[in-house]
Amino acid sequence: MTKIREAITAKVQATIPMERQIQGAHLYDKTRRWVTGTNGQKMFVESPIPPVDDLEIGEIDLSNPFLYRQGRWQSYFERLRKEAPVHYQANSPFGPFWSVTRHADIIAVDKNHDVFSAEPFIVIGVPPRFMDIEMFIAMDPPRHDLQRQAVQGVVAPKNLREMEGLIRSRVREVLDDLPVDEPFDWVQKVSVELTARMLATLLDFPYEQRRKLVQWSDLAASMEQTNGGPSDNDEVFAEMRSTVRELSALWYDKAARLAGGEEPGFDLITMLQSNENTKDLIDRPMEFLGNLTLLIVGGNDTTRNSMSGGVLALNQFPEQFEKLKANPDLIPNMVSEIIRWQTPLAYMRRIAKKDTILNGQFIREGDKVVMWYASGNRDEAVFERPDELIIDRPNARNHIAFGFGVHRCMGNRLAEMQLRILWEELLTRFEDIDVVADPEYVQSNFVRGISRLMVRLTPKATG
Amino acid sequence: MAVVTFVSHDGDTHQAPLEEGRSLMQVATENAVPGIDGDCGGEAACGTCHVVVDPAWAERVGSSEAGEEGMLAMNPEREPTSRLSCQMVLCEAWDGLTVRLPEFQM
Repeated sequence: MTKIREAITAKVQATIPMERQIQGAHLYDKTRRWVTGTNGQKMFVESPIPPVDDLEIGEIDLSNPFLYRQGRWQSYFERLRKEAPVHYQANSPFGPFWSVTRHADIIAVDKNHDVFSAEPFIVIGVPPRFMDIEMFIAMDPPRHDLQRQAVQGVVAPKNLREMEGLIRSRVREVLDDLPVDEPFDWVQKVSVELTARMLATLLDFPYEQRRKLVQWSDLAASMEQTNGGPSDNDEVFAEMRSTVRELSALWYDKAARLAGGEEPGFDLITMLQSNENTKDLIDRPMEFLGNLTLLIVGGNDTTRNSMSGGVLALNQFPEQFEKLKANPDLIPNMVSEIIRWQTPLAYMRRIAKKDTILNGQFIREGDKVVMWYASGNRDEAVFERPDELIIDRPNARNHIAFGFGVHRCMGNRLAEMQLRILWEELLTRFEDIDVVADPEYVQSNFVRGISRLMVRLTPKATG
Repeated sequence: MAVVTFVSHDGDTHQAPLEEGRSLMQVATENAVPGIDGDCGGEAACGTCHVVVDPAWAERVGSSEAGEEGMLAMNPEREPTSRLSCQMVLCEAWDGLTVRLPEFQM
């Protein structure tokens, strides 16, 4: 029966134009909201989160999308690591789920894809129907492996060597244009701009339109049903339509140029088209959109927030900035430490495929299990003085922000390289990068994002 | 003293003492052999301690197990005798073992 349904879905997906499908899905979603009387109603309204010690252990709910913004997350994680490292929350707005908060337990779950499945989603919640696009981050082996292998090459270290010069020249362009001695928003002018340029390059997307990728990524990554974000379904569907239109056009344009004898480029789309397992991806629209969205989101929010987080962290620990200026050779280690400290994605979620025991807790088949990377990276059993940024921390590379196991971040080396180059170029230009106002944070239980970071630059004295 | 040898992509060699019962990744990182990260601490879960075993030694050190293989399979630069060095537990008989380091770790 499932097989038949799958076959019909596949057929429908392949024959009805993607845009029309999304239009239909949007209509469906609007009707659902109208029927259930939830139209225009927000799932989450911000209210002050109590200190963790005011709560019973079972009341602790890490899915609250305001935990990071309100700065309560550290104490919440710390209490769970100490008192209930594998913790059950029975009544969250996203349903019941387990939280795994210690470094060692997280690795145990992440490694074990035979017991803990990444399907069908890696966020706590469930996306609206028809927005449940398929991506390999949320597939188990062997399907995962085939799709990932098709695109892995684009960020393989060998390819990165070719890209280094390009990345450096773009970083220089952006930094040379920054205002000095007057406040500006680092997030928009540096973090978003640099990651947008990188994305356009990886996809060979029209360069002047690169901010569209950012717009899509931000909306797709902030749906309230999935992670408590603020994005509005009507807006997401509209943006989804235009993204599909543009990415499909890009796909067909590439295919035509390739067929016309043009040298194949080294971008993601060309790679997908040249691989046996993905060359007809365009005929599987939800997978097509899913995997491209995955690569866009994966290269967007993450590096962006590490670019902002590094500046914030060095302001909170100014002696580390002095240490850095005295010894720029620490940059590579500092990059790992910044990624640990920021942990741009708070968690990945799994579903138990069978009954199992994890650190003494009995987990049933079908239970949701959330691995809180943001907590593992502050685990005092692994990192001394875990809340501090220590740029020469000897085991900074043991951070867990890229995940472990078959789903380990495939863009890790690209991210490290982008951050390394950014800091190399910053140090040659600026004496100080001062944060001049309280930062603003994103609403989400998944993305640990900084939405605004006002800074003032002091240029290096010349001569 | 029993030793193991690491040959870098550029042909430089580094030696580390063979300590029985410890993994090849551990002796490499403890002796500052460049080119081995070992980010996950020895869990075969990150793929950053990839080495290519000298074919003359391949049979003696054995091949990768399922979990290790899963990580290696994602590496476009893997070779027939590729291993994750964290899964290679040293024994005395491996005195003189030589492995080559890939140009980059994943």
